[in-house]
Amino acid sequence: MKTAVIVFPGSNCDRDIAVALERVTGRAPAMVWHRDTDLPQDVGLVAVPGGFSYGDYLRSGAMAARSPIMRAVASGAERGLPVLGVCNGFQVLTEAGLLPGALMRNAGLNFVCRDVSLTVDNAQSAFTSRYTAGEQVVFPVAHHDGNYVADAETLDRLEGEGRVAFRYAEPINGSARDIAGVLSARGNVLGLMPHPERRVEPAHGGDDGRRLFEGLLETVGA
Amino acid sequence: MRLRIYVTLKPGVLDPQGKAIEHALAGLGFQGVAGARVGKLIELDVTDGTADADVEAMCRQLLANTVIENYRIERA
Repeated sequence: MKTAVIVFPGSNCDRDIAVALERVTGRAPAMVWHRDTDLPQDVGLVAVPGGFSYGDYLRSGAMAARSPIMRAVASGAERGLPVLGVCNGFQVLTEAGLLPGALMRNAGLNFVCRDVSLTVDNAQSAFTSRYTAGEQVVFPVAHHDGNYVADAETLDRLEGEGRVAFRYAEPINGSARDIAGVLSARGNVLGLMPHPERRVEPAHGGDDGRRLFEGLLETVGA
Repeated sequence: MRLRIYVTLKPGVLDPQGKAIEHALAGLGFQGVAGARVGKLIELDVTDGTADADVEAMCRQLLANTVIENYRIERA
């Protein structure tokens, strides 16, 4: 599977996610600069990485969401192309309107940087097929703005449609209903604050994140 | 022409920074502060005659995230 990683000024997990994708797919992803206007042909997955794109100016992810390449990502997502946004990537996807809700300053105001337990809420998606519903996994988090906010109606809809992919096993940042990751209506876009790409080999302290990429490879195709 | 765009959190959206400010003021001994909300002021210098609709579009498309924020436009 050909993959692409979007790189913004201030991205800092672009290399981590590139390494994870290469490990699992056997091919190095294309690194696509934010000023580019097109994605490489035949990519099966686009990853929007973590970091501090544009120094978090205005709002986390706000400037990146309006960069030229995001128009191509949005039109790909509309056609069903899988898009994975991690951490700042999740913020970018909500700011771009590809996912509902917003990510606000952590309720405790602290930057939270540690391993956290997550519950897999939906194990049917292209991103979570290698997990079991209700299973607990450990991914690292490292964020200041991870407090997921949406109105009650949106939250009810997300839960009703099985669009909560992951939840924090215990509250860490004030997120509504402990939501850690959400899927688009069509299920081809996932945004999550925890970092699966930082948990893909035993040297990372565990490899719970690897199955996310393996599942994608399996469901999206080789 | 100068515009001032005030971006504020919608009522009901928790503002942890505002809460921290409220507590810090109480810690300094100021009584009677019942609440604090943090927002942004964005000053724009625009061409005279810029259409209201364009300024609205700027607010909706970039300056405010209308999921969580309201905006108010003031012509200086």
